[in-house]
Amino acid sequence: MKPVTAEVVESRPRSRARGRGRGRGRAPLPLLLPALLGLAFLLVPLVALLVRAPWRSLPQQLTSTEVWQALRLSLVCATAATAVSLVLGVPLAWLLARTSFPGRRMVRALVTLPLVLPPVVGGVALLLALGRNGVVGRWLDSAFGITLPFTTAGVVVAEAFVAMPFLVISVEGTLRAADARYEEAAATLGASRFTAFRRVTLPLIAPGVAAGAVLAWARALGEFGATITFAGNFPGRTQTMPLSVYLALQSDPAAAIALSLVLLAVSIAVLAGLRDRWMAAP
Amino acid sequence: MTATTPTTPTTGLDAHLVVDRGGFNLDLCLAAAPGDVVALLGPNGAGKTTALRALAGLTPLSAGHLCLDGAELDGTPPEARPVGVVFQDYLLFPHLTALDNVAFGPRCHGMPKAAARAHAADWLNRMGLADHAGAKPRRLSGGQAQRVALARALATHPRLLLLDEPLAALDARTRLDVRAELRRHLAAFEAVAVLVTHDPLDAMVLADRLVVVEGGRVVQEGTPADIARHPRTDYIASLVGLNLYQGRADGHAVRLDAGPHITTTEDLTGPVFVAFPPSAVTLHRDRPDSSARNAWQGEITGLESHGDQIRVDLTGELPLTADLTTAAVAELGLHTGASVWATVKAAQTHAYPA
Repeated sequence: MKPVTAEVVESRPRSRARGRGRGRGRAPLPLLLPALLGLAFLLVPLVALLVRAPWRSLPQQLTSTEVWQALRLSLVCATAATAVSLVLGVPLAWLLARTSFPGRRMVRALVTLPLVLPPVVGGVALLLALGRNGVVGRWLDSAFGITLPFTTAGVVVAEAFVAMPFLVISVEGTLRAADARYEEAAATLGASRFTAFRRVTLPLIAPGVAAGAVLAWARALGEFGATITFAGNFPGRTQTMPLSVYLALQSDPAAAIALSLVLLAVSIAVLAGLRDRWMAAP
Repeated sequence: MTATTPTTPTTGLDAHLVVDRGGFNLDLCLAAAPGDVVALLGPNGAGKTTALRALAGLTPLSAGHLCLDGAELDGTPPEARPVGVVFQDYLLFPHLTALDNVAFGPRCHGMPKAAARAHAADWLNRMGLADHAGAKPRRLSGGQAQRVALARALATHPRLLLLDEPLAALDARTRLDVRAELRRHLAAFEAVAVLVTHDPLDAMVLADRLVVVEGGRVVQEGTPADIARHPRTDYIASLVGLNLYQGRADGHAVRLDAGPHITTTEDLTGPVFVAFPPSAVTLHRDRPDSSARNAWQGEITGLESHGDQIRVDLTGELPLTADLTTAAVAELGLHTGASVWATVKAAQTHAYPA
């Protein structure tokens, strides 16, 4: 898929070319200057992170118990949040893509709301819903003795709340693009709608689901606002990497940089994993 | 045939399909006995595929009924109908091998995995595809994919087999082989088969009976030979390559709705169709002598090479199509816009009641 796209991108200016051609001509200064500034603006902080990294003490920094604790907690919670998002989000995406019910557009808009909602607001909302005195939380507490705020499970809840919309939107798009007639073919062969989903649709949209899951996972890993609001900042229990970085910056900047490098490495790995899917777009 | 109630046959298909879909209205009756192969033939947009989808349960009926082997199927979801479908572009599941595609149906019907795969292997074997059991659909040729799709549809032992343009996705050469092979499989199929096509040749080779559909309605049905000889609409006439006119007969003379009279050998009264093949038409530059009774003046609107003949389209008193040899066209000096006389011998026309 990638080479095809590259060819299209390349051949387009050529086919339109007149004289020196749009693709190769010199860019006008009023565009070039801000463009280069923008590029520098995005890249310089990352370079600074690498330049100022305490490379010598890095191994020691990264092997400290606190770092490992925070990293382990981050990975576990982000993975759990992704799992929750998959279990709830894929069926939700299917509902949005394959059925029609009154208010479907409204539901879709509400699903995407956490994408644009400030995460701190999400955290406050979660407290009001699932806090010990929250709308649902009170009942969870009295009926099952379950308390979510300021627990590791609370971290997972906060991260899933913020990350799931990414997965839902990604999977819904893939479902809409997938040929629904395969499901009809499955039905004529005796498959119930659920069997058709499980044995035909899901394998066909697997790449889209995987991409959505990676995106959700990355979002969950970096989640700060909702987590600190809903789950607090207890080392070993709810203190994930981003929280740990923020805290370390005030007491031990070298540790903060080391932790940031780890998160940067994870982000680059995610981008590399998704490059075929998103970077190939012209 | 025995019947539990006077109106419902206990075997075969008895359907009255009514589908109302904003602006398009399908209303057709279809009946077939087990072993019948029925072709729904019609131009694009005639409603053939809608009819097929209604039979499969993929499009709900607005009214009417659908009875298969004595059981009412209207309201039954597609997965619960004893119906197999071969889709136009086959819709083989791309992530499954040919074998697993064929085993999919039996698995859904509760057959254990090993048994379903053995059953599927048997079907692939019957289709001559044993070597391709492990291939994914994208590695199959068009003809092979078609046979896998047929095997997949037959593997659930349907009582009604539906084929949507079964040969349309194939190139001309493969088509010939696959058509002959499909004919064998359909002839061996013991239940009702309904196929949809816009290709008259496919319909005539594959089916015992044609149902011609235009604008959501049945306009004619019968055996292929009958329909080829006695077309009742312009669409069918042009499909089988005939000039067709409607008119009123009074003995050997028929006054055509288009205006002129035509003399035929049949002796009929009342509304009739008159048909004659393009090869029966002779063209002249000058008015022919009076012995030719069927002579009309016209103007050439088109000349087109058609095999080793030239097909000439005429407008005028009687719009018609004529087939001439290249030599005749050259000798007469015919060109678009030329004014000519067309004659047809009465013996070469064919009139039948409308």
